[in-house]
Amino acid sequence: MRWSSTRPRTGVWSTCNKTNSRTLDAVLACAFIVSSASAIFSFSASAEEKQLSIYSSATSYSVSVKPHDGQDYVALLELLQRLGPVTAKADGSRWKLRFKNSEAQFENGKTRVRIRGRDVNLPMSFVLDNGRGLVPVSALSILLPELLGKPITLHEPSGRLFLDNTAVHFTAQMNNAAPAGLVINFSSPVNPMIATEPGKLRMVFQHEAVVAPGSEILTFGNKLIPSATYSATNGAAEIAVSAAVPLFASFSNGGRTITISPAPQASPTAQSVAPAAATPSGQPQTAGNTITNSNLPVHYFVVLDPSHGGSERGAALSDDLGEKTATLNFALRMRQEFETHGLSTLLVRNGDETLTLDQRSGIANRAHPAIYVCIHASSEGTGIRLYTALVPAAGESHGLFIDWNSAQAASIDTSQSAATNLAAEFSKRRIPTRSLVAPLRPLNNITSAAVAIEVAPFTGGVSDLSSSGYQQQIAESVVAGILEVRAKLVAKP
Amino acid sequence: MIPRHLIIGVAVMFVVALSTGAYVWHMQGSLAKSVPDADQTHPLPPPGNGPSEQVTLYVAHDDTGSLRPQSAQIPLSGGRQERAEQLVKTLLQLYLGESSPHPIAEGAEVRAVYLVDPGLAVVDLNTAFAEKHRSGILVEELTVASLVQTLSSNIPGINRIKFLVEGEERESLAGHADLSRFYDVAGVDRMISQMQTGQ
Ligand SMILES: [Zn+2]
Repeated sequence: MRWSSTRPRTGVWSTCNKTNSRTLDAVLACAFIVSSASAIFSFSASAEEKQLSIYSSATSYSVSVKPHDGQDYVALLELLQRLGPVTAKADGSRWKLRFKNSEAQFENGKTRVRIRGRDVNLPMSFVLDNGRGLVPVSALSILLPELLGKPITLHEPSGRLFLDNTAVHFTAQMNNAAPAGLVINFSSPVNPMIATEPGKLRMVFQHEAVVAPGSEILTFGNKLIPSATYSATNGAAEIAVSAAVPLFASFSNGGRTITISPAPQASPTAQSVAPAAATPSGQPQTAGNTITNSNLPVHYFVVLDPSHGGSERGAALSDDLGEKTATLNFALRMRQEFETHGLSTLLVRNGDETLTLDQRSGIANRAHPAIYVCIHASSEGTGIRLYTALVPAAGESHGLFIDWNSAQAASIDTSQSAATNLAAEFSKRRIPTRSLVAPLRPLNNITSAAVAIEVAPFTGGVSDLSSSGYQQQIAESVVAGILEVRAKLVAKP
Repeated sequence: MIPRHLIIGVAVMFVVALSTGAYVWHMQGSLAKSVPDADQTHPLPPPGNGPSEQVTLYVAHDDTGSLRPQSAQIPLSGGRQERAEQLVKTLLQLYLGESSPHPIAEGAEVRAVYLVDPGLAVVDLNTAFAEKHRSGILVEELTVASLVQTLSSNIPGINRIKFLVEGEERESLAGHADLSRFYDVAGVDRMISQMQTGQ
């Protein structure tokens, strides 16, 4: 009933990891504000700490790798925690682990392990360190298939472990037509950290399982952008594009395409897109030493986010209709309707991909839309429920978490007036509508006006949700409601 | 070259790790304090026997998508923490009952409620509560609002509530209601007042 003494530790661990991905976008957004040379040097040592990244269809995360007798070890409990219910108990030199329905028994200093009643030999011995069970990284390819009941792929030299079919492939092609640029297409949306230095632009992928193309060195036969190299070390993949000129990266196609182009050097536009130009320290930025990602001039009028997708199915609306499918159908219908009215629309996903909430808000915020619309579907109740974010009360601050969670605060008034107009349009079409506020991510993390729509059946049947007539009615109401506040949305600073 | 993003990221994470550490340390401290308290109280009498007190539960109703206050008797207890746990247990019994206005999954439990000064309550749900919870914005929001309102209106001094599942932070209840945040009671009041009127 009570927290056992190990509980709080577990809590810290998971919180820190979450923070890692959650704060990433916030960090990108505020990178230019917090610019300090001393920080760079004082923290560089920990940045080099060895780690193992784990990619599954539901999540990606990293655990730290500890050296022991010249070998790399990881804490097994820590590694499994994000994959399912797991408990462990130390008893003298023995260590018992239970993961889902599998049980394993280890003994300190021994290579023999008993898993699900069978003996298995590890290449190096198990280590019990202060109650923590450490296993050699090289043993994971033996242990994990037994515990998880499915094959895994371990790439030891790069510190990456692939659990499901999570690999993200990419192709890179030079587009010689003006504006010239290197177009890199990924099989799933990506959100790398991007840094440039003279002669090079680097993209580091820690949360996406980007894997090597056929060759690790790609050449393009172009004078400005001659080549790119792929490498993977210490739990992250990197694509480094070499160039004779400063480069910048822009995202499109819902985060699936990154275009690398020569930066218009020293032009006023280049200054405005380089966040480093706004450092409060007033330090002059050297050419080509800019960080570009979060504020590229990619503008869409509306970003539509069909919630859920991939392994994250959302609600089961009926035996054969998942929420993720319904939301995508509504979003596609809305996009068509927006485009008919000449309004540019970005879909956060247009296939069945798994995206984290951070990836969704990252894609939306980079597109700088006038409005973001998040779509959910429900079999409960009738009609439409419109939501704006529940942002913390003004003046309240609990540190960085809440700051990132209240990215929406500055736009909340515009969001609410958009919601009011949408409600009016739904009512005109006699669709029952409620306007509510909700503690719903990523609504809080969106910097533009943002609303969420939860569509429930009209007359009571779940089949309404796949009816093209109902989808069209909803799409028309949304577009009409947003057109109504268009001037206000565009005028927003 | 270490990308500046990475360096700043690490610096920010360091600060975050420190503050999270401080938060958990603080929590542990409070837990240590509260456990002897619990030992001093007598075992709770089963409902229906012994002294009891009247409280107001804020019960979620799926048919209207809103909360309704409802009186209930809970066993009289010595500590605030026991009282908090009794409150949520009584609320859950209602949701698990046959004519539940807001059914939750069989096996759903609140493992514990920890009161951490100043003003923070930590509600630790079990796996079944979250894993088997119905998925949807409104349905999840009703559960969260009902727990927050029931606790904050019966236990003076609670102004923030944090939900954990099996002692760990979780991204959302069942795909929608955000569990990574701290719920401030004033914010939830706004959410509920919209719920009661938002047509
Ligand atoms: Zn949903």
